[in-house]
Amino acid sequence: MSKKELKRQRPLLIWSAIFVVYGFVFYYLPLGGWVMAFQNYKNKTGFFHSKWIGLDKFKFLFSDATFLRVIRNTFCMGALNLVFTTVVAIAFAILLNEIRASKIKKPIQTISYLPHFLSWIIVTGILNDALSSYGIVNELLQKFGITDGSVPFFSIPALFWPIVTFAHLWKETGWNAIIYLSAITAIDPTLYEAGAIDGAGRWQKIKHITLPSLRPTIIVLLIMNLGNLLNAGFEVQYLLGNGLVKSVADTIDIYVLTWGISQNDYSLGTAAGIFKSVVSIVIIVMANSIAKRRGEERLF
Amino acid sequence: MEEKIIYRSHMRTKAGDVIFHICNGLFMLLFCVITLYPVLNTLAISFNDGVDAMRGGVHLIPRIFTLQNYSTVLALKNITTGAMISVLRTVLGTLFALAANALLAFIVSQKNFLFRSQLSLFWVITMYVNGGMVPIMILYKNLHLTNSFWVYVIPGMISGFNMLVMRTYMEGLPESLQDAAQIDGAGYMTIFLRVISPLCKPIYATVALFVAVFQWNSWFDTMLYNRMADQYTTLQYELMKMLSAVTALKGNAGAATSGQTVNITPVSIRAAATILTMAPIVMLYPFLQRYFVTGMTIGGVKE
Repeated sequence: MSKKELKRQRPLLIWSAIFVVYGFVFYYLPLGGWVMAFQNYKNKTGFFHSKWIGLDKFKFLFSDATFLRVIRNTFCMGALNLVFTTVVAIAFAILLNEIRASKIKKPIQTISYLPHFLSWIIVTGILNDALSSYGIVNELLQKFGITDGSVPFFSIPALFWPIVTFAHLWKETGWNAIIYLSAITAIDPTLYEAGAIDGAGRWQKIKHITLPSLRPTIIVLLIMNLGNLLNAGFEVQYLLGNGLVKSVADTIDIYVLTWGISQNDYSLGTAAGIFKSVVSIVIIVMANSIAKRRGEERLF
Repeated sequence: MEEKIIYRSHMRTKAGDVIFHICNGLFMLLFCVITLYPVLNTLAISFNDGVDAMRGGVHLIPRIFTLQNYSTVLALKNITTGAMISVLRTVLGTLFALAANALLAFIVSQKNFLFRSQLSLFWVITMYVNGGMVPIMILYKNLHLTNSFWVYVIPGMISGFNMLVMRTYMEGLPESLQDAAQIDGAGYMTIFLRVISPLCKPIYATVALFVAVFQWNSWFDTMLYNRMADQYTTLQYELMKMLSAVTALKGNAGAATSGQTVNITPVSIRAAATILTMAPIVMLYPFLQRYFVTGMTIGGVKE
């Protein structure tokens, strides 16, 4: 690189330095806080004078029945959300694409985006109303004679995971379908014409043309979302959970919030956080390398 | 003979088509009802007499119309503060984030830049690795960002995702434009401000929308960092406190109406607050569709 070009790049270098310092402070410095997990961290003694305790906090975590249950909850709810939101979004995109009249299609799309723009506070509030004893769901259930009395939805542990999954579906189906819809529009129309000449019906076209064409998009998004599998367990569970369903509702993040922040056991909270971060990275790297080995589209 | 067979199968597809379209139409109708009903129901309850609404049966139209819920909500001190802070964090947070992400995206989109790939990687890593709640909390405390307005604006300013979306868009612009400016002697910053940025208006709008929605809807940061500082409360957090209050009241039935001379209930107040909180976004997003559709489509491409 010429000296002149280097001089020209000076503002870029200066700004880069600023961005690196900023990024270092807000994203990389907290990683240094991970030493707390190996200390008996106290505010008074700080990072440098707290007593080292090795892996004690991790040993405690993995012998703590609550933590193990919390891992199970996070994984299961994350997996349920991932599977259902992906499948339903693809199905919705395909069905919406079958509607040719844009006068009908456009308003449906607009409506489908609406819940994405509402905060989880609002969504869980709405869900609370809809599923309460005076809510619309219980009203319909009784009107059609499906149940006798009203169902206390938020007091039945077996119903909590389905409710959380439904909440995600309600909020994000339309939004998640955006990417699939645009991928469908990008499919070469001659493929469908050729399919029609070969006598393929609607379902055969979907099975043999649409879905295979969506495959790379689906795989990239799947890998990306797998990295976030464990992150998907906080707001809804925190807002909808209550004492009666605690055993199925609490997630890793709620555990960190309860022990790390509210109870001030910084070391334990950090250890649980480390577990979450490390598992997330392992999942994403594994998913990526499986995709690579099988010759699929991959993230990196 | 042959003609007849073709004709028949044609008929069958036609009939199948009609059935398919009817089913599809019904499904879409159901989808729209499930999406809209809860929102419209909240709207109806917010305009309905609170005690009357407790009897149930208010669906899409208020039975006893009142504005009392709204006047009560607007008179709450924390709601006005929250609304002001929410607007402020949305405006400032969006401006800061837009400027920072755009400049960073511009730098990593420069093919000649010395540290292009390193800087890009540095930010992509942050998308997947983070220190976790506790270390971040301690960091903010040490930086005096807790009990402060700036915790809403400064820490989340740059996001790897938004940066990548902008970078992808910038890399798609014709190189000749920048080359021409370069020959005319323009420096990188002039190119960024005068050549690239004007062309990036659509993607800037997209990212601004993403950030604004995120800012407007955030509540967890208020709870975590500004719980003790009422002057920095936000609308969403106030709404969250109302939700907990309603849930608590449902726990001991009857408390909701005890000792109230006015006809408002926690449920009706919360409905009004919910509508007020969602109104700005709900009124705006239909007009911004083309921007977020572009953004999501670009965001779907891999790093």
